[in-house]
Amino acid sequence: MNKIKVLVLLSLLVTAFLLDVAMGSVHIPLKDVIKVLFTPDAGNDTWVYIIEKIRLPKALTAIIVGCGLSVSGLQMQTLFRNPLAGPSVLGITAGASLGVALVMLSAGSITSLYTIKELGISGSWLIIMASSLGAALIMILIVGISSSLKDNVIVLIVGVMIGNITLSVISIWQYFSSPELIKDYLLWTFGSLGGVTGGQLLILAVVVAAGLLISFLSSKLLDALLLGDNYARSMGLTVKRARILIIASTSILAGGITAFCGPIGFIGIAVPHLARALFSTSNHRILIPACCLIGTVLMLICDIIAQMPGSQTVLPINVITALVGSPVVIWVIAGPKKLRGF
Amino acid sequence: MAEQKILLHTSGLTIGYPSGKNKSKAIAGPLDLALFAGQLVCLLGPNGCGKSTLLRTISGLQEPLGGGIELEGKNLRQLKPSQVAKKISLVLTDNVRSGNLDVYSLIALGRYPYSGWLGILTEQDKLIIDQAIKATGTGAFLGRKIDSLSDGECQKVMLARAMAQDTPLIILDEPTAHLDLPSRIQLMRLLHQLAKETNKAILLSTHELDLALQVADQIWLMSSGGGLDAGLPEELVLNGAFQHAFNKDEIEFDAATGTFNIHYAGKQTISVTGDSTTAFWTRKALVRNGFSISATAEKKLTVSGEDSHPVWEVDDNGKRAVYTTLSEFLDTIKI
Repeated sequence: MNKIKVLVLLSLLVTAFLLDVAMGSVHIPLKDVIKVLFTPDAGNDTWVYIIEKIRLPKALTAIIVGCGLSVSGLQMQTLFRNPLAGPSVLGITAGASLGVALVMLSAGSITSLYTIKELGISGSWLIIMASSLGAALIMILIVGISSSLKDNVIVLIVGVMIGNITLSVISIWQYFSSPELIKDYLLWTFGSLGGVTGGQLLILAVVVAAGLLISFLSSKLLDALLLGDNYARSMGLTVKRARILIIASTSILAGGITAFCGPIGFIGIAVPHLARALFSTSNHRILIPACCLIGTVLMLICDIIAQMPGSQTVLPINVITALVGSPVVIWVIAGPKKLRGF
Repeated sequence: MAEQKILLHTSGLTIGYPSGKNKSKAIAGPLDLALFAGQLVCLLGPNGCGKSTLLRTISGLQEPLGGGIELEGKNLRQLKPSQVAKKISLVLTDNVRSGNLDVYSLIALGRYPYSGWLGILTEQDKLIIDQAIKATGTGAFLGRKIDSLSDGECQKVMLARAMAQDTPLIILDEPTAHLDLPSRIQLMRLLHQLAKETNKAILLSTHELDLALQVADQIWLMSSGGGLDAGLPEELVLNGAFQHAFNKDEIEFDAATGTFNIHYAGKQTISVTGDSTTAFWTRKALVRNGFSISATAEKKLTVSGEDSHPVWEVDDNGKRAVYTTLSEFLDTIKI
């Protein structure tokens, strides 16, 4: 049964990947897309350039983002035992943004897609580190607060508020910048999959792969945490060490992605629910790969929609993920299983 | 009977919470307690006397303020969580219904301390899980999600998980809370049976005094002041420890019946003769209606006849009357 689901998801993944590469302001027939992907020096030079330099990196970024954000959301939902936890909801991406903004500030430039794109390799690593540390900072703060709060919704509101405070800090600094730079920053906050190419794509892939590996290796710890700290400890888990490991991998995933793609919302909170519903399990050994698959497919579909097929316009990716993700969140809160069924 | 094996014992154990820097609030102690294999021990005591704190401390979830706990001869505080997990399993009052877990997965989590780094179950693990399911009678709801279970079913599943953890000691914090009466009796009977058949030590806290008196091999009776009396249930009744621990204004423990009297002492007195089941329930009905039973009372009741055809005969200073139903007798005598 699960094999069929995986096969369906994989074929969806391949289809969405090809469509994503084929769609765009310049029309390239699907047949030629496949030809260029498999024999790079064949055919139209312009098409090869567009596919290799623009569309392929963008589609690969979509895959990396889909995996990373979904798994970081899954880990947060288990760690907080809260169905509404996710990197964008609890202010983790805001913390990452703060880290990014701080680095840019000290470098004397402005946080924008353009400046981030222009960073060299060492600059890219620095941004990722700052972003992950910012994410970790907020996450540790919220773990600390949530341990004394029993109510899921209150933790959530506190998380949203901390996110707002963080964003305000960035905004105050942005406010004193010139209007063009503010516009640049706003564009960054819309999120973008298109800015990551070459060396940066490689760095992002390495960082997210490392995060995913840590996450998969801690799947047994995550399973034990489903019953809460006390039970986890009674089953032999060193809760503190497990928490540090989970916070670290979540921060690396959400921080790394936010550094290059901007804060992308709703994928992290929605995909874990889809994975649990589809595979009907709570076992993280299955849920983590499932989140990767579903997250990838969803992210590619969002990117295809953002291209507005048939038009010259490209919508910001954050708008589309919100459109797709919000109904899932509503279903979690108000659906037949209510808040319990996370 | 073979010599009993001490699983766990405490010496001079003081429990409580740290409060602020270098300060602590002791709740109870010093306590010298011992748990033996194959024994069911019930921890009783009024609300807020520290039952949960004691259980949490013994199970290693909480640091003691003083004294030591030895688990099979080793200092509990020097054991790693993974070592303790193979010796002590817990059933707590924590909410577990939010994990999207199905019953089998939850029970299988009991094998956590034994499985490898990815948590893959071996055939041996599955065998032990199946035994736990069989012993607790949870086979009927294996495929269901945990949030669809009733309180009684959920408690049994949590017990099955503890069984699957395959530890010589199981500690349960108020397992009978929120359960209806049949489920409470069922669970207590099950625990009693498990202690006897698997030679595990089972320690549980409860408010079910009458059930505890029936099934416990040992009772640990905590009082609000932080003291703890341990002994056979019957010993604690006879030496007055129960009266001491629970007596409050207007409530008293009746050592003769092993129950709490909820009625005020009646103003009218009556003597009741007869030892049939009917006589027993007649006494209860009289007490509820404001009578004190006294052998020297002027009003005398004799309950005679078979339980299927009882006769109530009242002699009130020579004035005699005979009744054939309890309600008829009560209606007349109340006035």
